[in-house]
Amino acid sequence: MSSGVAVNLEDIWIRFGDFVAVRDANVNINGGDFFSFLGPSGCGKTTILRAVSGFLDPSEGRVLIGGKDMAGIGPNKRPTALIFQNLALFPLMKVWENISFSMEVAGIGAKERRKRADELLDMIALEGQGDKLPSELSGGQKQRVAIARALCANPDVLLLDEPLSALDLKLRQHMRTELREIQKRVGITFIYITHDQGEALTMSDNVAVMKAGVIDQIDSGHNIYDHPATPFVASFVGENNVFRGKIKSINGNEAIVSTNRSGDLLSRIAPAQLGNLNVGDDAMMFIRPEVLKLGPAEESSKSTISADVMNEEFEGNTFSVFLEGDGGKSIKMSVPNAGQDHISSRGENLSLHYDPSNAVVMPAGELASE
Amino acid sequence: MKKKMIFSNFFKTNGVIMGSILMGLVGFWLIFLIVLPQLSMLDYSFRFNLPPADVGGPKDVYTLSNYQFLIYGSDDTHQTYNSVDLKVFVRTIIAAMMVTIFNILLCYPLAYFLGQSKGSAFVRLLVVLLIIPYWINEILRAFALRIIFGDSGLLNETLMFLHLTSEPIDFIRHDVALYAGLGYAYILLMLFPMYNVIESLDRNQIEAARDMGASWVKIHRRIVIPHAKPGIASGATMVFMLSAGALAAPQILGGPSSLWFTQLVYQWFNDSLNWQQGAAYAIVLLVSTITIVLTVMRIFKVNMGDIGK
Repeated sequence: MSSGVAVNLEDIWIRFGDFVAVRDANVNINGGDFFSFLGPSGCGKTTILRAVSGFLDPSEGRVLIGGKDMAGIGPNKRPTALIFQNLALFPLMKVWENISFSMEVAGIGAKERRKRADELLDMIALEGQGDKLPSELSGGQKQRVAIARALCANPDVLLLDEPLSALDLKLRQHMRTELREIQKRVGITFIYITHDQGEALTMSDNVAVMKAGVIDQIDSGHNIYDHPATPFVASFVGENNVFRGKIKSINGNEAIVSTNRSGDLLSRIAPAQLGNLNVGDDAMMFIRPEVLKLGPAEESSKSTISADVMNEEFEGNTFSVFLEGDGGKSIKMSVPNAGQDHISSRGENLSLHYDPSNAVVMPAGELASE
Repeated sequence: MKKKMIFSNFFKTNGVIMGSILMGLVGFWLIFLIVLPQLSMLDYSFRFNLPPADVGGPKDVYTLSNYQFLIYGSDDTHQTYNSVDLKVFVRTIIAAMMVTIFNILLCYPLAYFLGQSKGSAFVRLLVVLLIIPYWINEILRAFALRIIFGDSGLLNETLMFLHLTSEPIDFIRHDVALYAGLGYAYILLMLFPMYNVIESLDRNQIEAARDMGASWVKIHRRIVIPHAKPGIASGATMVFMLSAGALAAPQILGGPSSLWFTQLVYQWFNDSLNWQQGAAYAIVLLVSTITIVLTVMRIFKVNMGDIGK
């Protein structure tokens, strides 16, 4: 099978009339990478995918696949294969005909097509199901058939448009692992579109987080989670507690934030925002629920938060404690379940502490809407 | 067993009174508007044309003579065939088939365009424009076409103005007007079933095929046409049946020497007052067209159930 081919988006703008769907996107995707575009619905991620597959021409900028400019090359001539959100299997064709459709288009005889389809059916663990109709398969099986159909054409780049969104939770988690396995096996570049951060973080080598047509951050899943570059990324990826306030002082890569609700708190400055913060600026500080610990900090009061408990939820592996926070929003803390009956009681005033290197501060900006 | 369930559920959801009324209406429709008239025609077709005094008397017995007349004419020895009427019959069937095929070819691109440019204002306007001419009576439309195709009609005037012909073409004698009229008369019955099925086709399937390198021909042959088949079949069935059974268009647009089989039926009923003979002709036409429709559906592997969708 072909090895990975790089995909580069250079200064891509996509407009529909007055509406700007994608604003100045610059993305370099390494060959053989599993790359995800993550963002809420309507952020322009599917539009980018359509520009890569060739169903849509960017208003400005270039799409390069394997270093080759794709301008004027139609979707049927590009080395890409697209898996649609609703899979778009052909309902009137048998499974094997579906899988080998790209070979049928190329004028390859039925015998050879059948052989290749059977090989691919083996790969997706559906051996012997080639003569069924798609409607006779389960959701996960249809999913795998769609993947096999896309891989049959030996594409250099596989494009996936939220293909797991129609599946139930268990199957979705299973298919994540399976997709990643398949990607490693075939070694081609996968570009994956999703609004589900879990999918993006578990499968991807790199993730681009998008908001309203703008790419906010491109990084590894790990870095996106630990070192978000903007308030949007911090609040969209994973759960986060936001503390609004002003910068009181800056010392190297740390700053003290004078928060509206919880007094002065010490935090690390987001690496992407180093140098962009000045004393007196409006800032947002983020602390994840799992970073908060019970009890006051031992050495410094600058990493202690005290608040009243609003309520507590038992989630099985963790307890979620909600405390009264900034601007009517609650502060959420996750405590691992170690057999406690409960963590807190309603109305109780709790002191929490955190490690400042696990908190992150950045200039105030737009948060992800819940 | 399953049917019983349907009936009991029907009464449960609609109540006994409303259910009975609805059932009664359906029954009335089926029995009085469909079954009884056909049965009475069938009965007529096997009887002699007798003076009123003899009806119900000893001479009023069943006979095949009406059917024999269509095949052999008035020749009692069955040596020669009723070639005039048989020719008209065959010609009617073939012409109706041609009209149907012509309508399929004409409507498919239009239906594809309408079905795939979903719900835009222009398409809605276009559909209304297509329907408006059909608010006018069928006979008036036929006369309008007769005027357009006439010696000094719009078409001939235009052709002569463009110097494409030097003298008027007799479209009516050459049956051009007839075929155009028949094609036009039932074209919406072809267009709308096709439009409906094509509209229900998932656009992503077309894009998926295109993404895999399929040409437009391939996409239509493998994706769109198989999907549209029930719609095409239902449109084709209606156009074929109605064309073969049309009367107004052949009466008005037919050339002086060309007869449509329905005109023969009409003559038997109206001019010769021989309802028995007319009924036999009508039954032959009905049975033949149904047989042809069923055969064609078998060949193209279309189920009756799909058409009803």
